[in-house]
Amino acid sequence: MDVLLSWLNDYGDFGDPADPAAVARVCDALTSLGVEVASVDVVGQTVDGVVAARVLRLEQHPDAAKVQRVYVDAGDGAERHVWCGAFNMAVGDIVPLATLGTEMPNGMTIERRGILGIDSEGMLCSASELGLGDDHSGIHLLPSDTPLGVPYGDALGLTLDALIDVEVIRNRPDTLGYVGIARDLAPALGVEFRPPIPPTPPAGESLSAPVELVDGDRCPRFTSTVISGVVVAPSADWMARRLLAAGMRPISNVVDVSNYVMLELNQPNHAYDLDALGGGGFRVRLAADGETLTTLDGEQRTFTHDDLFICDGDDVPIGVGGVMGGLDSEISESTTTVALEMAWFDPYGVARTVTRANLRSEASTRFERGVDPYGMPLAIARFAELLAETCPDLVVHDGAVDARTEHLPPEQRHTEVRISAVNRVLGTSLAADDLPGLLDPIGYTVTGSGDTRTVALPSWRPDSSGEIDVVEEVARHYGYANLGKRVPQSVVHGSLTDHQQRRRLARQVLLGLGISEAMPNPFLAPDTQQRAGIPGEVISITNPLVAEESVLRTSLRPGLLKAIAFNESHRRAGVALFEVGHVYPPGDGELPDEFESLTVVLAGREAPAAIAVWRELAAALGVGARIDQSRVAAGLHSTRSATLQVGKDAIGAVGEIAPEVLAAFDVEERVAILEVDLDRLLARPAKPSQWKPTSRYPSSDLDLAFVVGDEFSAERVEKAIRQGAGKLLVELTLFDAYRGDRVPPQTRSLAYRLRLQAADRNLTDGDVADVRRSVETVTTKLGVELRS
Amino acid sequence: MINEIEAARNAALAEIAALGDVEAVSTATARLTGKKSALSGLKKGLGALESIDDKKAAGQAINAALAAVNTALDDRRAELNAAALADRVEHERLDLTEFVAAPTRGHAHLVTQAWERLEDLFIGLGFQIAEGPEVETDWHNFEALNMGEGHPARGEFDTLFLDYAPPGGQPGSTLLRTHTSPVQIRTMLAGKPPIYIVAPGRVFRRDTADATHMPVFHQIEGLVVDRHITMADLAGTIEAFTKAFFGSEFTSRLRPYHFPFTEPSAEFDIQRPDGSWIELGGCGMVHPDVLRAGGIDPEEWSGFAFGFGIDRMAKERHGVDDLREMFSNDIRFLEQF
Repeated sequence: MDVLLSWLNDYGDFGDPADPAAVARVCDALTSLGVEVASVDVVGQTVDGVVAARVLRLEQHPDAAKVQRVYVDAGDGAERHVWCGAFNMAVGDIVPLATLGTEMPNGMTIERRGILGIDSEGMLCSASELGLGDDHSGIHLLPSDTPLGVPYGDALGLTLDALIDVEVIRNRPDTLGYVGIARDLAPALGVEFRPPIPPTPPAGESLSAPVELVDGDRCPRFTSTVISGVVVAPSADWMARRLLAAGMRPISNVVDVSNYVMLELNQPNHAYDLDALGGGGFRVRLAADGETLTTLDGEQRTFTHDDLFICDGDDVPIGVGGVMGGLDSEISESTTTVALEMAWFDPYGVARTVTRANLRSEASTRFERGVDPYGMPLAIARFAELLAETCPDLVVHDGAVDARTEHLPPEQRHTEVRISAVNRVLGTSLAADDLPGLLDPIGYTVTGSGDTRTVALPSWRPDSSGEIDVVEEVARHYGYANLGKRVPQSVVHGSLTDHQQRRRLARQVLLGLGISEAMPNPFLAPDTQQRAGIPGEVISITNPLVAEESVLRTSLRPGLLKAIAFNESHRRAGVALFEVGHVYPPGDGELPDEFESLTVVLAGREAPAAIAVWRELAAALGVGARIDQSRVAAGLHSTRSATLQVGKDAIGAVGEIAPEVLAAFDVEERVAILEVDLDRLLARPAKPSQWKPTSRYPSSDLDLAFVVGDEFSAERVEKAIRQGAGKLLVELTLFDAYRGDRVPPQTRSLAYRLRLQAADRNLTDGDVADVRRSVETVTTKLGVELRS
Repeated sequence: MINEIEAARNAALAEIAALGDVEAVSTATARLTGKKSALSGLKKGLGALESIDDKKAAGQAINAALAAVNTALDDRRAELNAAALADRVEHERLDLTEFVAAPTRGHAHLVTQAWERLEDLFIGLGFQIAEGPEVETDWHNFEALNMGEGHPARGEFDTLFLDYAPPGGQPGSTLLRTHTSPVQIRTMLAGKPPIYIVAPGRVFRRDTADATHMPVFHQIEGLVVDRHITMADLAGTIEAFTKAFFGSEFTSRLRPYHFPFTEPSAEFDIQRPDGSWIELGGCGMVHPDVLRAGGIDPEEWSGFAFGFGIDRMAKERHGVDDLREMFSNDIRFLEQF
């Protein structure tokens, strides 16, 4: 809401709008009250040296077709000549003249220099040149009664002012009106609050516009007041200027007063021409599904049975309740009698219509947040007072209708407030006697004595209902800044859980292996998982922004494959990425079977690279799993992948992405992959590694090569070697795997180096020979041939 | 005799001076100081000398000559070793700028870096780290946080709803959490006060991605529930965080605001040393209804909560002008940090 400080000063002496320090004081006080100041604009600035002058005569120069010569009188009796490029003035018009030496807002200084050797003694100004708007089509003409020689700002009534843009917080609908802001601000600045007190209008003869509330839950209160003696005319200048500053176009006295009352008292209202009102009254009901109405903005709209219509007495819709009037409900120039609607609408209902119809207005914004359900009498009197300024014969008729239903919130609402509760939450040491001073000025009336007081809650604060709401008001007016700062002494030991520590360790290990962390979007297109070869049900977003992001992932693979494809397309092959993130497979519990996955992708690498990462990770985390190549996860390379088994459960997979999946994601390189269910991997706490003494005696190496069928896993050979070699084996390395002419087809030679060492003595040749014999015995049993 | 000794010594020293490498020094050592050396050979002539004094003098001269030869050999060896070492070092000269830097370490995501930094800071202040699911129930995300069915504040969250319905449950009651606040409820329900936690996590809004908004982003949320917790504790915790995270010359303030789940509520701003303010997040005293939803008696316990965005911290710290860049997974971006 835009607040003009000079207008706000009607309700208290808040500060000189022309004084930047005073404006800053007001803004700081608003901020400390939680009335957020988004911006402050200085308005009404004028250009010194620009004065009113009368056009004496106009001349055309034969050599200058695009400009004319204008002779003006600036009130000092001298005739001045100026060149001018505009032609919209006539002899006798009053125009703004920038005299010689004037510095214009655009930085130009007015100089004597003219054209064709003829001087110009100043410049005539357009609206845009004076900072009065965008209009630069012609000279900005001044009122015809302007005395010559006076600054143009005086002629236009321009004064320096501050326009404060206030952001309205949800629970403060009262700050959508000047009076509400003034009421809050006055005690904070220590000034007296002066709300408008309009006189009770003299009662005219009884004349009513009857009201029928059909759907009273949506409109719990509707008042209609008949006012005659109306003469539709332009508003007074002061009102027009204020509305313009608030961003509202002045239209006519009736419409302007309606808007003015809304801005001042936060009471939206609508004036209907009683003579044009069908049936001479109002009927408030829900729309029928599909019923149409052309709203004030000229659009024909279709409504539903959850939208409220204001209808005339003949049940013809003339407005959308609390949102916008109908196009045909406008008063006209010939209107003399109006039926004034001031009502209170159910905020949730208005909000639903606003969302559904995508139709917003100054009124709907206010009703949605909560207008004072008991503010109408004041607003009606104020309306009459203001309109009487331009309609001297105005009559407010007796017989005003005040229709209410049981859905109207109660006028009197109270809560008990314990001073102990205030101090307990705020950390203050206030006395109960301090409460009236803090609360009464803002309309929370404190009564009673003792430590528990009764507080009457103001009807314009619908958010306030209980003790804690009053505590907040106390805090605001006591000042958040005065509550102090204290660091609580935590009795809890700050730490990461074992799970959290090991997750960090996993990240560190992967980073150390040269793998960078990606964070792809967890939302996928409906077919993405299928393209990744990942079967199973997925959860969909019912209101996605775009279809490409409408499904929750059940695997981190698709996002990482997209990242590889992206980097390849930017000539970055061979990227190594990992992600730690949640995946969301459906389940049968209250929530899906969401878990945290860790996935590593290595572009341009083969499956063993992923195994190597797994080995490092498993060793660092103190976990283990069986690599089971007989089971391959869907979407992975069927002859180059395995699952990671813990007991009967697969906790992950390792290997390579299937070639058809790579093709589907436009990935050119091979991709090695490791994925694990981090929640299950880290479910058991790690056992600390136990120390094995290193021997001080020399070691001996024994190299053994075996011819092994391709279908026979190296893991089994390795196991046999370990079994055969026994305690003396301290290190086992596969240092060569040979396939070729020197071994039979479908076999390979696996060459291992066994490092042998005893803890308590030097090894003898006999020891080494024994190990060799013993390993051979075991491997022969397996059917694996030792190469000589 | 003395002359012969002198001559043999000089011959040996001359030979040593001419030795070209360490190996030659080793061979020369046996030849010049061994039993078959010229000087040792002269010892055989000692017997032919007549006077004891002459014998003695000549013997001493031979020993002195041998010692001199040995010293000369040692010196020559050391000299040659030093020269060889200098030569080797000189030949090993490298231009240390003559290589192509290939990145070998991985790079943690900027969000993770900020996330862990914040966690560490709050651990230092005595907080534990709590986590919760990203898919939530309507009850945990809204209802328990004082936003019942139809509450207007719900509309401000731009919630993404899911087609997941638990057995016997309502369709439309499962959603992607719009804030980390459900973790407050889960933490309160799972344990007893005193509670000192921060909950970092991923949250979701139905928001079109632009330079400053992402539909998927990250928040950190704090919750303290203990006896005698007041709003001054909240302001003090925000201040302690501000100084620890931004620097001791930064300060903070609370400004009244409104959230359904806290009351009194505030936004907190950080003041830079130059006096300008940064709006950082929201906070307040936990609303009594929220404590009750968490199974905690608001008459016995009180608490505060606060929350703010993690991504923005990373964005500001590293001068990233478009949030979308942070989630592009472009290796050229990741490698910069």
